Amino acid sequence: MATVKLSFSPAPVHVRTARLVGVAVARRAGVREDLLDEVRLAIGEACTRAVALHRQYGLADPVLVEMSDGGSYAVRVVDRAPIEAGIGLTALPPDELANESLTDEALTTGVGFALLAGFVEDLQVRPVDEGIGTEVRMVWPVGR
Amino acid sequence: MELSLATRTVGEHTVLEVGGEVDVYTAPRLRERLLELIDGGARHVVVDLGRVDFLDSTGLGVLVGALKRLRSAGGSFALVCDKEPLLKIFRITALDQVFPLHPTVDAAVSADSAGAGA
Repeated sequence: MATVKLSFSPAPVHVRTARLVGVAVARRAGVREDLLDEVRLAIGEACTRAVALHRQYGLADPVLVEMSDGGSYAVRVVDRAPIEAGIGLTALPPDELANESLTDEALTTGVGFALLAGFVEDLQVRPVDEGIGTEVRMVWPVGR
Repeated sequence: MELSLATRTVGEHTVLEVGGEVDVYTAPRLRERLLELIDGGARHVVVDLGRVDFLDSTGLGVLVGALKRLRSAGGSFALVCDKEPLLKIFRITALDQVFPLHPTVDAAVSADSAGAGA
């Protein structure tokens, strides 16, 4: 099983790097070409969410992305934000999306979660095993 | 690919052509440009996503912000998009029920003009 780990300071400019690496490793692992757009988007959303949480809590700790290809392609995106912030993700119904009172942050969070849930069949959001934080775990099949 | 932004006018519509990647890093520039246009008096805005090859939740948030701002100013906002991967993003987020989506700029302009009774 090959593993690639990427750790980046929580700045928006690095999210693109994480997407590029994530897709390169997915291709290498044998994820189908037609799934790569979804892999790119999902890794981007998970990292965007982690960066937003670190900035919200003033955390300078790096965001960790771990990609492994043991039988399937699994990506973990780990943040270090307090858990009560991390787990409370909800998708928004359409009539609320354009609601005047909805803040930009709430909208982006809701839409980001809808994209993750919509594009990743095998998705888990759970507390990290050690310390403070949440991990978003996404798995895609490899091969034909 | 970097974000590119270009503006042109079609009748009473301001068309903003967006290209490249719209993500958490580049979306603030798109927001700034849309605000400049709206603050500068543009009331009927069409955003052409034809050359966008990546769009994330932050970019979608900016587009919704512009839609709300224009609606409350009595204006209109429409998107041009004919790429299936992007259309899928709008469907999954249910934003296809929020934005008027058109395959071409001409279609967006004429649908909007008809809707506004202009």
